Amino acid sequence: MAEPRLRHGAEARLRRSRGRDPLGLRRVMSDRLLPALVAAMALLAALAIAGARGAADLTSRWEGGAATAMTVQLPSAAATDGRLTRALATLAAMPEVAEARAMDQARLRALLRPWLGEAPAVPLPTIIELRLEELPRDPAALADRIATAVPGGAVEAHGVWVARLVALARSLQAVALAALLLVAGIATAVVAVAVRAGIAARREAITILHDLGATDTDIAGRFAARAALLVGLGGLAGTLVAAPVLAGFADLAAPLVGGQPGVDLLALPWGKLPWLELALLPCLAAGLGWLTAQATVRRWLRRLP
Amino acid sequence: MVRFAGVGLRYANAARPVGGLAGDRPGAGEPAALHDVSFTLPQGSFHWLLGPSGAGKSSVLRLMQLSLRPTSGSVEVLGADLSRIRRRDLPALRRRIGTVWQDFRLLPHLPVQDNVALPLRIAGRAEGQIRADVAEMLRWAGLESKAGQLPATLSGGEQQRAALARAVVMRPALLLADEPTGNLDTVQARRVLALLHEMHRLGTTVVVATHAEALVEAYPAPALWLERGRLVSHG
Ligand SMILES: Nc1ncnc2c1ncn2[C@@H]1O[C@H](COP(=O)(O)OP(=O)(O)OP(=O)(O)O)[C@@H](O)[C@H]1O
Ligand SMILES: [Mg+2]
Repeated sequence: MAEPRLRHGAEARLRRSRGRDPLGLRRVMSDRLLPALVAAMALLAALAIAGARGAADLTSRWEGGAATAMTVQLPSAAATDGRLTRALATLAAMPEVAEARAMDQARLRALLRPWLGEAPAVPLPTIIELRLEELPRDPAALADRIATAVPGGAVEAHGVWVARLVALARSLQAVALAALLLVAGIATAVVAVAVRAGIAARREAITILHDLGATDTDIAGRFAARAALLVGLGGLAGTLVAAPVLAGFADLAAPLVGGQPGVDLLALPWGKLPWLELALLPCLAAGLGWLTAQATVRRWLRRLP
Repeated sequence: MVRFAGVGLRYANAARPVGGLAGDRPGAGEPAALHDVSFTLPQGSFHWLLGPSGAGKSSVLRLMQLSLRPTSGSVEVLGADLSRIRRRDLPALRRRIGTVWQDFRLLPHLPVQDNVALPLRIAGRAEGQIRADVAEMLRWAGLESKAGQLPATLSGGEQQRAALARAVVMRPALLLADEPTGNLDTVQARRVLALLHEMHRLGTTVVVATHAEALVEAYPAPALWLERGRLVSHG
């Protein structure tokens, strides 16, 4: 009793759905290849976004350290016996040095508080921070020369390395951005190819619709809606796959940016993911698919009178 | 009203009615399909369009249907001058023209009822209204029992009537039929002709291209006679 009615219902639904898809785009722009390709590209895009974001985090965290390329450490007595003044003058006279400044004792105490406590029993050393004109090619040689110029001074050059890491992180950001643009370009090309294949397969149907009075807006809109749906779904799938991978990376990077590595999946630093960018990714992908399909179809339709 | 004044048509491949192949260039050298064709069809008239194969009947209908622009001369359809109208104003005009093409041009992947509903859907009519109109049209064309079938499963005569139902479902002001009785036996042919005449009676301007002289004798009406792209008699 129930079955024929059910079958009838399904048939009616099928007919209705076909009526809304007069170009048969569900068949010629299928839900397999295009979303799969877009998913793969969305995954790459998500990795690029996260890479750029991670590099940006590292940069901003390290930049403070990089500004002070070198430090010279003198015994605490140097502040009072004139050695500090002499050292500052000597250092400022060196061509490589842009600025030599004694670190404020209060700031030093604050920096060391985690290790030495509120009222350090040991006398704090005197620290001179150096900003350099440019990053030295050979930091060790410069450190040696400074050590010779400032007797009794211990030279620390780790800031040079931090500055190099910052430069590296900056170029990583640029590379990630380039990768993002490249992925967007390839996605556009893939959508255009898929849409052109759809046009080729439905060329007769398109011209019939055109001759029956369909506008370019109507025809292009049908392709664009289909493309946006497929690309949006692909983008969503790719982003969802990317999320745990990114969380894993964020976990590995946690100690570098001042966090703790997680112990299990839920403890992964999910909150650290660039969620806004990730959420935008499928939307942007869908928009890209829509625009590409619109442009491709309208361009083709211009050949019809 | 339809007015042709000194119309010439030369098919360049780029201007083919069904989009040219990729890489086609507007080709010179092809012979003109129409030369200096002039006539006027008053609103609400019925005309035969006669002539041997290749004379240019389908070409004249394509021009009237606004799916081609003339190479020379001027075409005026439903009060719009084709040489002056903007491209984006053409769709609205096309919706007032019903066409039965020589090769039907039913969409093969749509059931008959959706093929008939197509002009209404394109015009953005409400789905409830569409269902009623399509049901009425299918009844008029004697195709109620074939509503859910694909065109390929219909006989030639049934496809012809489905094409006719699609052409008239919008109550067009101008109805064009190209060889609407080709491949049909006499009974089927007369049935289609009767439907066309009924549209004429309801006030539609009708133009029917055909070879079938028996039909023309059965339904005497003014005729345009084409030969090798020229209009040789009118009236
Ligand atoms: N798409 C086209 N491209 C190039 N030439 C065409 C095209 N369609 C028609 N022609 C040419 O234009 C001329 C007129 O063709 P048309 O189809 O108008 O003739 P017809 O009178 O409808 O013929 P039939 O009775 O066989 O249908 C013919 O010489 C034909 O070869
Ligand atoms: Mg013909």
